Amino acid sequence: MAEPLVIDVKGMHYTPLNRMIREAVASGVKEIVLNNVLGQRFIGNGVRGDSKIIINGVPGGDLGMFMSGPECEVFGNAEHAPGNTMDRGSLVIHGNAGDAVAHSMRGGKVFVEGNIGYRGGIHMKEYEDKRPILAVGGTTHAFLGEYMAGGLILVLGIGHEPAVEDRGIGSGIHGGEIVIRGEVSDELLGVGAKKVDFTEDDLKRLTPVIEEFCGRFDIDPTPFLNTNYSRIVPASARPFAGKYTWE
Amino acid sequence: MSLGSVPLKYKISIDRDQCMKCMRCVDNCSYGVYRIEDDRIIIDSRKCTACHRCISMCPRDAIMLKERPVDYRSHPLWTVEAREDVINQARTGKIILAGMGNAVDYPIIFDRLVLDACQVTNPSIDPLREPMELRTYIGKKPSKLEFTKNNGDIELTTKLTPNLKLDTPIMVGHMSYGAISLPAQLSIAKAVAKTGTFMGTGEGGMHEAIYPYQDHSIVQIASGRFGVDIDYLERGAAIEIKVGQGAKPGIGGHLPGEKVCADVSCTRMIPLGSDAISPAPHHDIYSIEDLAQLVRSLKEATDWEKPVFVKIAAVHNVAAIAAGIARSDADAVVIDGFKGGTGAAPKVFRDNVGIPIEAAIAAVDQKLNDQGIRNEVSIIASGGIRNSGDLAKSIALGADAIYIGTAALIALGCRVCGNCYRGLCPWGIATQKPELVERIDPEVGAQNVANLIHGWTLELSELMGAAGLNSIESLRGNRERLRGYMLDQGLLDVLKVESVGA
Ligand code: SF4
Ligand code: SF4
Repeated sequence: MAEPLVIDVKGMHYTPLNRMIREAVASGVKEIVLNNVLGQRFIGNGVRGDSKIIINGVPGGDLGMFMSGPECEVFGNAEHAPGNTMDRGSLVIHGNAGDAVAHSMRGGKVFVEGNIGYRGGIHMKEYEDKRPILAVGGTTHAFLGEYMAGGLILVLGIGHEPAVEDRGIGSGIHGGEIVIRGEVSDELLGVGAKKVDFTEDDLKRLTPVIEEFCGRFDIDPTPFLNTNYSRIVPASARPFAGKYTWE
Repeated sequence: MSLGSVPLKYKISIDRDQCMKCMRCVDNCSYGVYRIEDDRIIIDSRKCTACHRCISMCPRDAIMLKERPVDYRSHPLWTVEAREDVINQARTGKIILAGMGNAVDYPIIFDRLVLDACQVTNPSIDPLREPMELRTYIGKKPSKLEFTKNNGDIELTTKLTPNLKLDTPIMVGHMSYGAISLPAQLSIAKAVAKTGTFMGTGEGGMHEAIYPYQDHSIVQIASGRFGVDIDYLERGAAIEIKVGQGAKPGIGGHLPGEKVCADVSCTRMIPLGSDAISPAPHHDIYSIEDLAQLVRSLKEATDWEKPVFVKIAAVHNVAAIAAGIARSDADAVVIDGFKGGTGAAPKVFRDNVGIPIEAAIAAVDQKLNDQGIRNEVSIIASGGIRNSGDLAKSIALGADAIYIGTAALIALGCRVCGNCYRGLCPWGIATQKPELVERIDPEVGAQNVANLIHGWTLELSELMGAAGLNSIESLRGNRERLRGYMLDQGLLDVLKVESVGA
């Protein structure tokens, strides 16, 4: 395989950096290593292709926004909204991430080893074969999966019992599913969200996701394949259908 | 106890001597006003929305429609509408949904502003024989230009940011595929391409049929991000972030699942029949700094080659908000006044929230001028602009260009019946029903919309010529060409316009 392109991004502005990434991906470079990343926003923004981008450091907001194809692996934390309106590809974050992770994501995967902030998976949606996945190793804050319209959010709660303790889970959800390890108290559910039984079939369906997540972070998957989950789905695909009357 | 029904709003009758029983009224009314019983046309006036489809299609002019006189006890406070709204809500306990623009009889400021014309002291200009410059560039303008001289050659060293080039300062605002039908959107797309201007795609993605006109399209990104991916962003000539909308400031958009047919679902990239909800806030924007982040992210994704607009509703602090937007790297601020139309809005919002566009334009233009940043951002005004007089006054108050919405729909047949949210538009505009949609021929529709834009453009150059101006730049923000007629001093101060006679 060709040598990776290594860029020391110390002190670099995001625009020239992104141009370099875009050009490299377009010219067929399969692996790009960014060293000393410190707050550069929009890394991988709108990039199409199948390259791998390794990010050593802490990328700034909107990592992989509008991205279509590449994989970004971050060795560090990520700022707010990684995976914002992402179309295809994956983000693998060996650390924590900020608010609005996977905002309006419509395809691909976002794997966060640690915790995420508020409004994780907000507006996630799916269409035909595009079914986005947000998987979180740790815990999440309030409004997880708010206005969710499709896809899967999986929260393993490693080191957290219960996995999620913040309220507003699935407020306004009208598609997709939120799966959280262990019990989720009813008071934490947002308007329009309901809990349903987590079945053997669900576990079978989710096993590849759990295994892939654990594989990415070198975690033993066994305890997560042998445990109970709460499954949260929309109470209706038309949450506001009954709210209005004609003039 | 039942509250019973309220009286009919409209009364339809047919002049039976004139009628030739061609049944076009029966076929044309999507609300089911007409039906046939024993070879006789029966009328159910209660279902009428005054869309006028039957009247305009009747070959014998046999149909009469009357707005029903008030048959409650008249009362200055408890108007018919106030009473009927209470009855409606007492019956249902729901939010009243309404279509089109604000239906309250607020005074219209445009009608209390008069334009100037030259007389003896300075001559007017005849647009027939003098060139009139209506070309408008939307985007940032440099504060000053710098050049270098190279052996007699002069080179521009100031780096110009991308601007949209408009042949006329009239654009068609954002009406999504979903809210309106594809032939309606296609008519508009063809019309703006013909007239050298632009249309907004709305927040519903871009249908393939619009691709040939993408260079004349401004793609919109709203909180729900429907249909947004990198291809969509790259297709647009410009990108607009929708923060607010004049008909419903502070609340989001909502396309009911019934309107999400297969084609709409594919354009929006959402499942068939699911509600398309874009709530009020963008959940990645909680401050001007966050807005700046989204603006820059859109520019970054498209390699800083496209202007980015930010659309807000005209609200109380609009000038300060626009100043923040100007500092967010946005290239234009779109201000939508409280007379702006919509497919569906809670009536209480449509009729009560926001401020008139006239005051908003003037306040924003003044604030940006005062802060020395007017060149950082263009102003696009929309919301209740009805004719070229309103257009000229908008520009004199400080707008660079305007968006029309309802006026373009009227050019396609809309009769402002206000029932768009029912998805049954008999003119084939605000509907996805195939049998109704096919009532619009995009070629004919395009010609009608293009004619409207062309007519207003001619009138604008005449108005400018009469005022002794030969370029749109001389009209922009030129309050000296305006006078207020029967406006109070407070409003004159906001508009920075003098009173008639002054
Ligand atoms: S369209 Fe006119 S002429 Fe034809 S049936 Fe109706 S009322 Fe009669
Ligand atoms: S678009 Fe159609 S439904 Fe809406 S106001 Fe116009 S005619 Fe009526």
